[in-house]
Amino acid sequence: MNRTRSYLTAYVMLLPALLLMGIFTLYPVLYSVYLSFTQYTALELGAGKPPVWNGLENFRVVFSDPLYQTGVLNSLKYLLVVPVLQLVSLSVAVLVNQKLAGIAFFRAGYYIPVITSISLAAVMWEWVYAKDGLINATLQAVGLLERSSAFSWLLNENTALWAIMLVTFWQGFGYYMVLYLAGLQSISTELEEAARLDGASRVQIFWRITVPLMRPTLLVCSLLSTLAALRVLQEIMVFTGGGPLNSTYTALFYVYSKAFQNFDYGQAAAAGMGVALVGFLLSGLNFRLTRENYREGK
Amino acid sequence: MTVLERPSQIRIPTRARVLSTLSKVWTYVLLSVILLFAVFPFLWTLAISLTDKTVVSGVSIYDFPSSLFPSKLTLNNFVDIYQKFGLGKYIVNSIIISSCTVVGTLLVASLAAYPLARLHFPFRNFILALILATLVLPSETNFIVNIITLRNLGILGTYAGVVLPVLATAFGIFVMRGAYLSIPETLLEAARIDGATELQIWWRVMLPLSVPSITALAIFTLVGSWNDYFWPSLALITNENLHPLAVAMLKLKGQFNYDPFNVAAGAMIMMLPVLVVFLAAQRYFMRGLDGAVKG
Repeated sequence: MNRTRSYLTAYVMLLPALLLMGIFTLYPVLYSVYLSFTQYTALELGAGKPPVWNGLENFRVVFSDPLYQTGVLNSLKYLLVVPVLQLVSLSVAVLVNQKLAGIAFFRAGYYIPVITSISLAAVMWEWVYAKDGLINATLQAVGLLERSSAFSWLLNENTALWAIMLVTFWQGFGYYMVLYLAGLQSISTELEEAARLDGASRVQIFWRITVPLMRPTLLVCSLLSTLAALRVLQEIMVFTGGGPLNSTYTALFYVYSKAFQNFDYGQAAAAGMGVALVGFLLSGLNFRLTRENYREGK
Repeated sequence: MTVLERPSQIRIPTRARVLSTLSKVWTYVLLSVILLFAVFPFLWTLAISLTDKTVVSGVSIYDFPSSLFPSKLTLNNFVDIYQKFGLGKYIVNSIIISSCTVVGTLLVASLAAYPLARLHFPFRNFILALILATLVLPSETNFIVNIITLRNLGILGTYAGVVLPVLATAFGIFVMRGAYLSIPETLLEAARIDGATELQIWWRVMLPLSVPSITALAIFTLVGSWNDYFWPSLALITNENLHPLAVAMLKLKGQFNYDPFNVAAGAMIMMLPVLVVFLAAQRYFMRGLDGAVKG
């Protein structure tokens, strides 16, 4: 009796969470898989018709679409930001992990880009990247750029993707710094001190002691960062909309455009499955690499 | 003379001190360069927003270095953008969406976490695993299905449509569960002996003792919701009148392209509350919510 009532209380308390999660988190995952094998566009949706099974047709169309291939390639290119971001974040964490006057001020300052909305970042960085913007003005001032050859970094197909990657870096290093800082504070400093007494340089200590000890945190952070980079979408929406000349067209931007510009939900879902698959492969790779390094380290 | 007798003992500390001072100076230089990289867009935008654009000769935001160090300051841009763009409407939208998201997230997470942390019932581990699974399941295309769901429920383009799908998160539930797990069992037993129901225990024992985690979760949710661009831009795709600031910002930029001073003022208005919350609650961010999750 009492036990049944306690069960009931438990389920009642869980109900809102399970209901919302079921509808908006779990169901979409399953339904997306189903949608990817069906014909389902705004036409069917508008007429209240159910999706029509069409087998692998969506996958055939999407995977042979040059735009999707460009998108996947650009998303993979975007991954180049990951090693730089992780290495710098860890280095900055080591730097701010010292007992220095005012260090909290610097840590807080580094975190401000993290709490900045991507739409605000878009407003500010577009001025930075403009033809007459801050970067070009600085380059001209130090004599690295002729005024006549100045160009807008976001409107040039050779630089646009890199420019957006720099914004991702700018918004990310404070975030990972905090995660690494937590990791650094949980590892013992004895080894480091012993190495310093033996005359090891800062660089040696970083590579030989800090990095190996921080491997678990490194694994988590690089995985988070890899998946985030692979799924880059918001940045593209606010900065370039995929241009110029599709040079910033990423895989997930393709998914978004299929769904909200072409209104083809089936094809969008199929394109999304492709991104998910790459994500799984990269996660596995990330895990393996870190494990193998561990063995080598031993 | 002792000084001459043992010179090394005096010189070495001095040299070490010089070296350590040098390395300290070098460290601060490095720290400052990184800080400049992190905040220069804000400083520039702030300078632009305060620039008096009405001077006779005309000013451009691309006149360096005067653009970085405006000679005449004014708050007119803030007034201008507030009136011309009707910023008030978007501020209200942002406040409504963010506060509903925070209250809803806290309610859903703090309720669900209690049985998961402290009660025994069938399928408990299965439910825990299911919630954990939401973190690793491929969610790339969830936004498409959710828009279709909102449409079928008739709440596409409403506040409810923006808020409801983001309330239940594994993150929130695990933060609260961690907080509950650290509360001693004897307190719960004492309350049960006094005849308290589980709901009463939740409200009178668990919640008051979990204030730090609740605060942390509230602040994270608040900042995340205030800043979110992607989801509101989709869920309110059919109703521009309900757009929050983060979405309106791009419209503002497009509409006032000819007047970046106004755009900068709008950007600063959106950033200010986030900065205030961040500076007031820094420690929650700086600890990466690690303590709250570990419990």
